Amino acid sequence: MKTLPSVDVLIVGGGWTGLLMAKELGSRTSLSVVVLERGQPRRTDDYGGDMDELDYAVRLRMMQNAAQETVTLRHNPGERALPLRQFAGFLPGAGVGGAGEHWNGVFPRMLSDCFTLLSSTIEKYGAAKLPEDHSIQDWGVTYDELEPYYTRAELLLGISGKAGNLRGKQIEGGNIFEGWRSAEYPTPPTKIPCFSALFREAAKSLGYHPYPTPAANASQTYTNPDGIARPGCTYCGFCERFGCMIGAKAQPTNTLLPVIQKRKNISIRTGAQVRRIVHDTTGSKGKVRGVHYIDASGQEFLQPAELVFLASWTLNNTRLLLLSKIGEAYDPATNHGTVGRNLTHQVNFPAATLFFDQPLNRFMGSGASGITMSDFNGDVFDHSGLPFLRGGTLFALSNGNRPIANFGVLPPSESSKWGSAWKNKALHYYDRTGRITFEAEHLAYKSNYMDLDPTYKDYWGDPLLRLTLDWRENERRTAEFGTAKGMEIARAMGANEIAPFSGLRSYDATRYQSTHIQGGTIMGTTPERSVLNPYLQHWQISNLFVLGASSFPQNSASNPTPTILAQTYRTADAIAERYLKNPAPLA
Amino acid sequence: MRRREFLTLSAASVGGVLVYSLDRKVSRLSGQTGQSIRIPLRFFSQSEALIIAAAASRIFPSDEAGPGAREAGVVVYIDRQLAGPWGRDLHRYTQEPFEENAPAEFGYQGKATPQQIYRRGLKDLAGLDRLAPAEQDQKLKQIETTLFFSLLRQNTIEGMFSDPIHGGNADMVGWQLIGFPGPRMSNYDDVDKHFGEAFRPKPVSLREASGRKVRPSEDLE
Repeated sequence: MKTLPSVDVLIVGGGWTGLLMAKELGSRTSLSVVVLERGQPRRTDDYGGDMDELDYAVRLRMMQNAAQETVTLRHNPGERALPLRQFAGFLPGAGVGGAGEHWNGVFPRMLSDCFTLLSSTIEKYGAAKLPEDHSIQDWGVTYDELEPYYTRAELLLGISGKAGNLRGKQIEGGNIFEGWRSAEYPTPPTKIPCFSALFREAAKSLGYHPYPTPAANASQTYTNPDGIARPGCTYCGFCERFGCMIGAKAQPTNTLLPVIQKRKNISIRTGAQVRRIVHDTTGSKGKVRGVHYIDASGQEFLQPAELVFLASWTLNNTRLLLLSKIGEAYDPATNHGTVGRNLTHQVNFPAATLFFDQPLNRFMGSGASGITMSDFNGDVFDHSGLPFLRGGTLFALSNGNRPIANFGVLPPSESSKWGSAWKNKALHYYDRTGRITFEAEHLAYKSNYMDLDPTYKDYWGDPLLRLTLDWRENERRTAEFGTAKGMEIARAMGANEIAPFSGLRSYDATRYQSTHIQGGTIMGTTPERSVLNPYLQHWQISNLFVLGASSFPQNSASNPTPTILAQTYRTADAIAERYLKNPAPLA
Repeated sequence: MRRREFLTLSAASVGGVLVYSLDRKVSRLSGQTGQSIRIPLRFFSQSEALIIAAAASRIFPSDEAGPGAREAGVVVYIDRQLAGPWGRDLHRYTQEPFEENAPAEFGYQGKATPQQIYRRGLKDLAGLDRLAPAEQDQKLKQIETTLFFSLLRQNTIEGMFSDPIHGGNADMVGWQLIGFPGPRMSNYDDVDKHFGEAFRPKPVSLREASGRKVRPSEDLE
């Protein structure tokens, strides 16, 4: 193994959080910053030829190659886990920009009370309302503390939307249930295509409060505070699983990379697979010395560094801590240890599938052009008489209806699967079908967690990460409630046939839900129950920070990117203003 | 090195020049010329290709509602996919042990690659291309619940509706059938209009839209 010259800052992972930290520290200080990314290099103009549903959306060209590394899954600790041989239920990105390249761009803040979920729930309903086996926690950071950083993240990406709560003043047409905001969105809402407009009118007629979905697919030309300009969206319908061919959708490569490339003190090494974090630990104190990685040619390196960030997405952040034996692995039998605990995957399903008489022209749209309503999110509605806690958002996105994924979706009254009868019905319904989605919270439980698999290995011979994960009654009841509400709106939209969601049974890794998989290196208020302090700094190892949704104690109904960017900004400030002067625990 | 195999078809039966018109009315110009097209095969033998072409055209038939798998060249698409990284499982985790009878929510856990699944499945369809349509349907019904049939059905839909660079969807016949315009670069002026009525711009292929030659993944590895 070759030892390289030491650097000041080493960042594992070149996605949203890793590149934002690189940009912040690399442009606010003269520190040397190296980013190690295991995937390929990327440039904004790479995407001119990627509007190919087969290679990108079906064969998953932008995702992690499952042949080299995947995860294993079981539903409970008594089962033998099996490898996910192809990714389907969630899609880990690879390459510079990571999953931030192929996302849809939906950009909601979390509700204020998500950050104090445990204390707020006990205060309102008493501890008896909490599910048995839960491991819900407060985050150690509040919405008020994060608010300025949410605003910075929205300015960085030029988010399109309409405020519903400006400094406490409710504004009709925006999300009146959101936490207070210090500023309006940087750009106006996106255009609203037909299917989403039908949802808006139906929701309004029922007395709900629909609002334009906050979008990172800019509604108009936008220049951010770094001077980086992007064009407005053209609604081509190729966002999710694609990079944006004109750069209208905010992606790390068109938002952060142009700043990073101008800085001589920041460099990105691609094809660099980090295998271990190298550390000296004695007792509960210690220091990280750098990382051990292998490059595309198979050569192994030790890269020493003064300060190390793990920014390699939920699953890999957790796996690297376990492989490197940093901290105590979580054990559900004793409830001791912290690394791997509180694994969650956002509840996400089509509450209602609608079949119309008239065509919808659903090929037009963008990843986040649509209408959302939060009337049944979080604790916006009273749960005293309900058999579950929390809730979710209902929305109708018009994010591009591509034919391989959507041809052949038929009403329940049709039973044919092939042949002329099927073809005729499928041709009729192809552009007459729409979905109302319910995206809901996933609470944390003691027996949903991650550890290392005893059987299956990756390409380099290291154990795969093992997920132990299943739904509980709280999610099943929430899903039934969300389905009923989605059906109510669907009936008001004028469809001639509507199919409800069939219900959450055991966790299904084959149905795409979202890539909002979280936990494993959670933040919190005490080192006994969390890996990170409220600044995302390792409780015991001061020169190690872990960025991204692996820090979330439980899963909100919001898409995670706004919150991970806000948290990364807050950590960057704390490091630039405090840690560099005195490299010690920040909390 | 395997012997070079070709699929020889008349222009009337696969591809051909299609004339675009609104709402699924598609006609073929070269259908009357009787010319033959020779397509080099990458995975199938010619007799295998004829069986798969026959099966795909029962799954997605050519009928009064419009053209189907035969006109789109679905068999050419499937042949290229099977010869490429997908057919050889280059992006699937293939380490042992395999649990062939795992519950469905864990996804396909078997050892066989798509190439192997097709080769085994073809044995059950021997002679299919020489049967009458009703007999073909009966034979396909017998294998309806197999993994091979579900792959064949899925691949048929892919071959109908993927970009023509992959060998199917000849002349964008599949996109014309459903009114999908392909990778149309801008819908800015139309996205919030045409409510309640079909808006069907003329399809463009990726090569036309991007103005560059795009190499599909099956040609890269």
